[in-house]
Amino acid sequence: MRKKMMAMLLAGGQGSRLYVLTKDLAKPAVPFGGKYRIIDFPLSNCVNSGIDTVGILTQYEPFELSEYIGNGQPWDLDRMGGGAYVLPPYQRNTGRDWYKGTANAIYQNLRFIERYNPEYVVILSGDHIYKMDYSKMLEVHEKTGAAVTVAALRVPLSEASRFGVIIANEEGYITEFEEKPKNPRSDLASMGIYIFSADKLKKYLTEDEADPESENDFGKNVLPNMLEAGEKMAVYAFEGYWKDVGTVDSLWEAHMDLLDGSDLDLYDKSWKIYSRSPVMPPHMVEEGAEIKDSMVTEGCTVGGEVEKSVLFAGVTVEKDAEVIESIIMPGATVKSGAKVYRTIIGEKAVIEPEAKIGSKDKEAKITLVGPDAKVKKGAEIEAGAIFGKEEVK
Amino acid sequence: MRENILGIIVCNMHDDLIPQLTANRTLGSIPFGGRYRMIDFALSNMANSGIKDVGLVPSKNYQSLMNHVGNGQEWDMSRKNGGLSILPPYAGERGVYRGRMEALYGIREYIKASKAETVVLSDSDVVANIDLRPVIREHEETGADITLVYKYSEVFKEKKQCAALFFNDCGKLLDLYLNPELDGKQNIYLDIAIIKKSLLDELIAECASKDEHSFVHSVLMQKKGVLNIRGYCFDGWCNKLTGLKNYLDASLALLDSDVRKSLFPAERPIYTRVRDEVSAKYGENAKVSKTLVTDGCHIDGEIENSVLFRGATIEKDAKVKGCVLMHNTFVGEGATLEWVITDKNVVIPAGTHLAGSEKYPLYIPKDTVL
Repeated sequence: MRKKMMAMLLAGGQGSRLYVLTKDLAKPAVPFGGKYRIIDFPLSNCVNSGIDTVGILTQYEPFELSEYIGNGQPWDLDRMGGGAYVLPPYQRNTGRDWYKGTANAIYQNLRFIERYNPEYVVILSGDHIYKMDYSKMLEVHEKTGAAVTVAALRVPLSEASRFGVIIANEEGYITEFEEKPKNPRSDLASMGIYIFSADKLKKYLTEDEADPESENDFGKNVLPNMLEAGEKMAVYAFEGYWKDVGTVDSLWEAHMDLLDGSDLDLYDKSWKIYSRSPVMPPHMVEEGAEIKDSMVTEGCTVGGEVEKSVLFAGVTVEKDAEVIESIIMPGATVKSGAKVYRTIIGEKAVIEPEAKIGSKDKEAKITLVGPDAKVKKGAEIEAGAIFGKEEVK
Repeated sequence: MRENILGIIVCNMHDDLIPQLTANRTLGSIPFGGRYRMIDFALSNMANSGIKDVGLVPSKNYQSLMNHVGNGQEWDMSRKNGGLSILPPYAGERGVYRGRMEALYGIREYIKASKAETVVLSDSDVVANIDLRPVIREHEETGADITLVYKYSEVFKEKKQCAALFFNDCGKLLDLYLNPELDGKQNIYLDIAIIKKSLLDELIAECASKDEHSFVHSVLMQKKGVLNIRGYCFDGWCNKLTGLKNYLDASLALLDSDVRKSLFPAERPIYTRVRDEVSAKYGENAKVSKTLVTDGCHIDGEIENSVLFRGATIEKDAKVKGCVLMHNTFVGEGATLEWVITDKNVVIPAGTHLAGSEKYPLYIPKDTVL
């Protein structure tokens, strides 16, 4: 039986607007939601949608991501005749190239796709938090007989200029496509999720590659070219939670959304998000601790006050410490008497006793303490600051 | 580099000690410590000690056990050659085994086929994090025929399955008392033994021909004069399950940070089956103190001095004290629970009041809806 659909996941993003968080880490590997990394969302969506073959294209700081994916077993992607494959750029007899753009990255791996000979290919990015059934999108794609189907959701018009904007007719076919327009004429934003019929994907990627002027980008080049060529292009209207967590503010907001009980229900057993789990005992709430409106996971020890916060695996919050409206990533320690307000603290960072980070003020900017950073005893870090491991305070 | 040790875990020994918890499962699959099963400790100790081939010998009720260990992948024992083998007994003329030697007789071919020279025998009734490498090293250095792991601790009040070991000045086993009428601390055998494979095979054959089945009676007691049986004193925290009250005590002992340090050192993790649960969620009314909480819990009530397993829900104004609440226990609004052990999927409706006592916990069986 021919494989119906496989996925190609673009995971090479640097995520430069996450600053110190992505200094040594690709954006898709950034921790999210207490137990996950961003890439767990598209990967789990694939598996829950019945996709058993996923090519994961990496380029920026690939080690941690490659190690994390491993053989794909946590997502049930250790499969015969498929599974999860990490695909870094490689050398071939015509030379070697980094991935020049999203389209070029897929182009360089066309042979990988051909090995599985699928009818359809879904192109995904590893930058977003959302739950989506790609098989429903495929139904639309098959029904419309389109060459490509683009997933889109409605955004406030004022924000549409950050996205690829789609103008569609009443039948749901795309009539115009503008990449990050200054004056958007539609509130329908592309989510960067495309289902291609495999032959069309090959055709247009090959043509795009032959064009020396092209930036080799799906949104800027490939989709407009297809539109110009008169291909049938359909829209799949997605409704639900979808968030780009590419900035410090949006990463923080997405965690607050989780605590507020937004549309993103991680507890829904019918659409589980899978992750590679560290092996740690249950978390310990010590005498005198106070935890409210928060998410806490394995390996944590809490002796202080935690409110409206997300603690990742192996976090310690000592006695008399305060953690409010904050995100504490794996293995970080907040020592006794330290105060952490409206802050993201990176993996394995250490906040020494009595240090004060950020501000409780509801208008205060979000503060970022990088992975492995050390904030000295009694030090103060003002709201909105970015504090990396090289800094001393 | 090559390790030549075979691990064998007998899973159903001592089932009758906690009849409540073993009604539908083996002792090895009794849930413990929020996310673990008893077998995890024996299996992880072997995995962390470089033992790559392990045979599990259940006798009955072992579906939950097989479901839990699967192909052994969580312990890195899903291997092309060797790894984890589950060895249910053949339905022989005698039915299920009566003792360890008979259980081993049933898997004699498996033992023979192994290339290992040394066998580590273990049960699944002990909660401990034991590094077996120094035990095996000492076994080899002393040239012992059998090395028994023991803990110098109080004789169990229950006087059940308590074997006290006595050694002479040279460290040779002098005597063994079962459920001794003794007070104070003794060398309590932890049901872990190291033995040369060839000797084990001889003993299995001998016991079978004499229709004897017990390792303690037929080997340790009878052969103590002939064989060089020695001991290894384990000095970390451990608990040998002896009953429901002991189960509660051992569970609550985990609330002590020294106990957790001994049981969960970062370098020797206790592995278990991963269930992909979401983090525990605390609501605005949550008030939790001195409690071990596992992923998937929803807490909006008051909890003190307790252990919560995966997926337990404690609603608003509920009060839980001195309890062990297993997977998916639901405690409704305003309910109060004191010294209660709930098995999996128990539902305590809103406003219910239940209390056992510290000395006699109240046990509520699996799937009970009050």
